[in-house]
Amino acid sequence: MIPATFDYLEVDSADAALAALAEHGDEAKLMAGGHSLIPLMKFRLATPAVVVDIGRISELSYIDDSGGHIAIGALTRHRALETSDLVKAQAPILAHVAGQVGDPAVRHRGTLGGSLAHGDPASDLPAALLALGGSVVVRGPSGEREIAASDFFTGFLETALAPDELMTEVRIPKVPNAKWSYQKFNRRAQDWAIVGVAAVLNGESRVALVNMGATPIQAGAVEAALAAGASIDEASAKAAEGTSPPEDLNGDAEYRAHLAQVLVKRALTEAS
Amino acid sequence: MSDKIRLEMTVNGQSHSADVEPRTLLVHFLRDDLGLTGTNVGCDTSSCGACTIHIDGESAKSCTMLAAQARGANITTIEGLAVSGELHPMQQAFMECHGLQCGYCTPGMVMAATSLLNENPKPSEHEVREGLEGNLCRCTGYHNIVKAVLSASGQSAQGGGA
Repeated sequence: MIPATFDYLEVDSADAALAALAEHGDEAKLMAGGHSLIPLMKFRLATPAVVVDIGRISELSYIDDSGGHIAIGALTRHRALETSDLVKAQAPILAHVAGQVGDPAVRHRGTLGGSLAHGDPASDLPAALLALGGSVVVRGPSGEREIAASDFFTGFLETALAPDELMTEVRIPKVPNAKWSYQKFNRRAQDWAIVGVAAVLNGESRVALVNMGATPIQAGAVEAALAAGASIDEASAKAAEGTSPPEDLNGDAEYRAHLAQVLVKRALTEAS
Repeated sequence: MSDKIRLEMTVNGQSHSADVEPRTLLVHFLRDDLGLTGTNVGCDTSSCGACTIHIDGESAKSCTMLAAQARGANITTIEGLAVSGELHPMQQAFMECHGLQCGYCTPGMVMAATSLLNENPKPSEHEVREGLEGNLCRCTGYHNIVKAVLSASGQSAQGGGA
């Protein structure tokens, strides 16, 4: 499978990327590691006229201690997250989840920002971001803005990123003492989760679901039940409330709703 | 048709430059432009790992990369592992442990396995299996592949039930 033709533009700075977006508008698509975009282009589900390769912008690849949070450059690769001592100490669920994405070769190429901007409800990292209560920083023609994870995923493969904006940084609260769990259920190594659950318990409880709707979502009913003092059994029974799980060869909606309850229970039990 | 772009990269220690269409996938550049057909195309969807190569020493799936993304990079393919006719220790181990049947997955397996040992020189059997999760062997010869990787790391395989 070969992508449709496109013009290729490699940029070496965030400013150059924004200039390219300003010039080419909706015709352009940013490519980081390319591991979400290239498959779409090979299937001709995406046919951008211009591909702006941001994959080698070194200024956007870093993991820094910023006091209250960890600042992660949008082009940081999964492998770097998985092996970062800072991430392992301050937000261990993020390092763990990064190590669950695809397989080692994929993790050498894929980037945190690329995965989040793709907004795939079946991806692992958006759930980790939601469960951690993180945020993303985006830059556009009118400057920079910070978007909370809970406001970022807006529709199927759609996010709050505007077409003329570039994600530059991901901010992760430090939660060194939080209890956490990530439950990824699939049938074959390296597959996407049929359903996944990320839970972070740190005073308040955040629980996010993978592949239970059009977007990565939080299990609001579970969180509310836990906040009201419900037991794990009572809270996990509410895992599928407010969700609209997809149906495919791996399972129908009823099966996924059941899986969500089982996996939320496992996650809360492991994290408690 | 879009304009061709100029690429320069090092492949198996040799510098190459070529003009390619932007949509050229790295695996096709290696096979069709450079004639390095040891790198196979299997699933063509970054699942099977038959196209695994090294980019600057790290495994990558060359069916899911544009050749353009490897501009300036140092690429190693299966043809680049043996030095002066001497098999790489991983290739030798695959031979000695019978780590292949039909052989189609083998170049990708060997490249994934050498990348794994670069990052983790003494992996446990479990870590070998996890490390090769992105490489499928449809002959299902996994036990001997795992033995080969453990052998190449200087460890003998315990159990595993070949």
